[in-house]
Amino acid sequence: MGISVQTEIQPGTGREGPSAQPPARNTGGQVLNALSIPVLALFSALVISAFFILASDPVVLAAYGKFLLSPGHALAVSWKEVADAYTALFLGAIGNPAAMAGAIRTYLATGQTNGLIQAFYPLSESLVSATPYIFAGLAVALGFKCGLFNIGAEGQIYIGALTAAFVGYTFTGLPWIIHAPLTLLAAALGGAVWAGIPGYLKARTGAHEVINTMMMNYVAFNLADFLLNGPMKRGGSTGFIPISRDIQASAYLPKFFPDPIRLHAGFLVALAVAVGVYLFLWRTTLGFELRTVGANLRAAKYAGISVTRNFILAMALSGALAAMAGAGEVMGVNHNIAQGFSPGYGYDSIALALMGGSNPLGVVLAALLFGALRNGATDMQALAGIPIDIVSIVQAFVIMFVAAPAIIRWIYRLKAGGGFQAIFTRGWGG
Amino acid sequence: MAVMARAREGLAPISRRYALSVFYALVGLFMAVVFSRNTRPGEIARLGLNTSRSIELVRMPDIIVPVLPVVWILSATVLILSLYHLLRGFRRTGWLLGVVSLSFLVSFLVWTARGTSFSLIGILSASLQLATPILLGALSGVLCERSAVINIAIEGMMLGAAFASVIVANATGSLLLGLVAGLAVGALLAAWHAVMSIRFRMDQIVSGTAINIFATGLTNFLNQRVLQVYQQLNVQQTFPSFSQLAPELGKIPILGPLLFDQSPIVWAALLLLVIVQIALFRTRWGLRTRAVGEHPRAADTVGINVFRTRYVNVILGGVIAGLGGTYFTLGSVGRFDKTMTNGRGFIALAAMIFGNWTPTGAFASSLIFGFADALQVKLQILIGQVNIPYDFLLMLPYLVTMVALTGVVGRVIPPAADGQAYQKQ
Repeated sequence: MGISVQTEIQPGTGREGPSAQPPARNTGGQVLNALSIPVLALFSALVISAFFILASDPVVLAAYGKFLLSPGHALAVSWKEVADAYTALFLGAIGNPAAMAGAIRTYLATGQTNGLIQAFYPLSESLVSATPYIFAGLAVALGFKCGLFNIGAEGQIYIGALTAAFVGYTFTGLPWIIHAPLTLLAAALGGAVWAGIPGYLKARTGAHEVINTMMMNYVAFNLADFLLNGPMKRGGSTGFIPISRDIQASAYLPKFFPDPIRLHAGFLVALAVAVGVYLFLWRTTLGFELRTVGANLRAAKYAGISVTRNFILAMALSGALAAMAGAGEVMGVNHNIAQGFSPGYGYDSIALALMGGSNPLGVVLAALLFGALRNGATDMQALAGIPIDIVSIVQAFVIMFVAAPAIIRWIYRLKAGGGFQAIFTRGWGG
Repeated sequence: MAVMARAREGLAPISRRYALSVFYALVGLFMAVVFSRNTRPGEIARLGLNTSRSIELVRMPDIIVPVLPVVWILSATVLILSLYHLLRGFRRTGWLLGVVSLSFLVSFLVWTARGTSFSLIGILSASLQLATPILLGALSGVLCERSAVINIAIEGMMLGAAFASVIVANATGSLLLGLVAGLAVGALLAAWHAVMSIRFRMDQIVSGTAINIFATGLTNFLNQRVLQVYQQLNVQQTFPSFSQLAPELGKIPILGPLLFDQSPIVWAALLLLVIVQIALFRTRWGLRTRAVGEHPRAADTVGINVFRTRYVNVILGGVIAGLGGTYFTLGSVGRFDKTMTNGRGFIALAAMIFGNWTPTGAFASSLIFGFADALQVKLQILIGQVNIPYDFLLMLPYLVTMVALTGVVGRVIPPAADGQAYQKQ
């Protein structure tokens, strides 16, 4: 079985990562093959996570203690536990299909929207959660394209949110058409500068971006803590969680539907930005240079492409994208920034970008999935008592399986090849 | 051509030397200006050498430090060194960064302690305590990377070990079994990393990140699902120090509080430091490990089993990281808290790089990180005197890590094959 793995990885691609050849037009079969790895990775990760759910439940463990006496009981208890958990996950993420169909029928018959809002609320919440995931996932993916591993998206989200909140409440009397874009751009700029620092350090000194972006996460959290307890603190707030002032209504991202549906224009902005990232990477010279540096550093140098400039550019753009995730939350959902407002969008986006194969379309699909997972996990915690951190466990296995497709191919007996490429980063030196 | 000639002489490229000199000079100026502020001429700081217990045997005199002269001497030293570096250039710059950071930290300490007394022995012993997990993490990193496997999962291994050790210690009532569980979890996660990066030739940094996310997620998950319900599994308990077993040892001046009051895990870390240093550079095993890390193909040709060497090293590294994680619970805090390692695994990696992939170098740098950490903890007490928001103090260890990494990477040389998967031909 070792041999099957050995033959699947072509020699020579070791450190260079994805080949620098222009990708051929994908045929239908290739797309299917490229999709099969992430889908199977997610499925396998959910199965493994089910074991963690079972192994941490005393009732289930007690049933297995009497496994020899009544094996059927143990299995039934396990099945019920997992089924309850994942049913709660599904209902929280998508909603109840029967209720949705019923609500549509009622609406068509009577024009009543109440039932419609209720039935589609879970789905809309998943889209709300997917919005920051699209931005942050694009951020990490863009880093990967230049061979950089940005694990600082979480800190960059905080910087973006802080900047957006500051610009959002400081300027008064501006019309919406100016204030909202200004707020978003300011946040992007803040994130670009913040992430540009590790990019610069990487380019000029070789200090590894994984450690530096991680360290800057902690700096960003403490900075947020300082600002939210000090200069940006909401006057007269006595709440337990430090929170900033509310932004002006002119900096809001508009909502589409009546309360309680929170879906906002940020979702459309995120989709537009995904298209923009695609056009930048594959239709501009700058994007080509960036990908070349990521694909083969030595070849890029030989071709006269500035590695320094591309490292800084890639990190700055990556930081700007991640910051927009934070700004979207401030401008579209919360209208302020509170400590701990991000449930780890930045960390999740690493798994997400890997799963999306680091291309914008894949990232958007993976972000929709992760938004649903995160939103459904909240319900799973409330209804089935499964802590939300199960999502991190799912993600860790998704990363493992996606980054080493050989495992998935081996488990499911898939043929080698296809459109799915493993991700490669750089060691300490380059 | 000039650049190449300089490189052959062993000097850093000129632009970087200028940048670093200017940076060090700015640090020196900052020290001279800021740390002389609000200080009256002739003002002194008292640095205490006694603890409440060691005082029973002998009372050591306090060290009286005149604040302004010390600050000026240290900042002058930094300025002169940076000027020399600018004009002539030092060949080895690792120690230069060490001297600069130490001067900065010492004058900061003296400045904050002006007009009051400050327990020097307290901060030194806290430095050693806080340096211990960093040292163990760095030793783990040295073992893995000398055989060319980058281990960025030290953070996750420590967190997993911290969690497992406290649960097993409480469930079985045996601290020793708790320790074994911690080491086992470290080894298990390391074995996972090894299989992924050696057998499946997965990118080692991606694999390490996945393990970090997994360890964080699983410990948070179990913390909420198990420890919140069965709180008797998370009761505070730690290994007794030598002075708790033999109270007389704790009364020895200086050595008592510095060494005998410490957890046995601190002693184990120091012992491991010596063992790894000797094993790596004085034994056949060490030579083979280094050969595998530098040129696996050549090592393979002369009959060294590259894969086995890497598996052994990574798993041993995991055991050491597990000891570091166990220190967080059974060595110091006594109970598990959510994400309690707080990035110390990454700081350990920086300490390893800073120490040029040698155990002794890693020790020296982890002491500096530990000192910066201890200073940050102790300064919370003196917060009014410092006039720096508490949150900025909390940033200190992370900023020190970044500066240290930036200052030395490029001049320290990782094992040549570091991070590259090996494929037998």
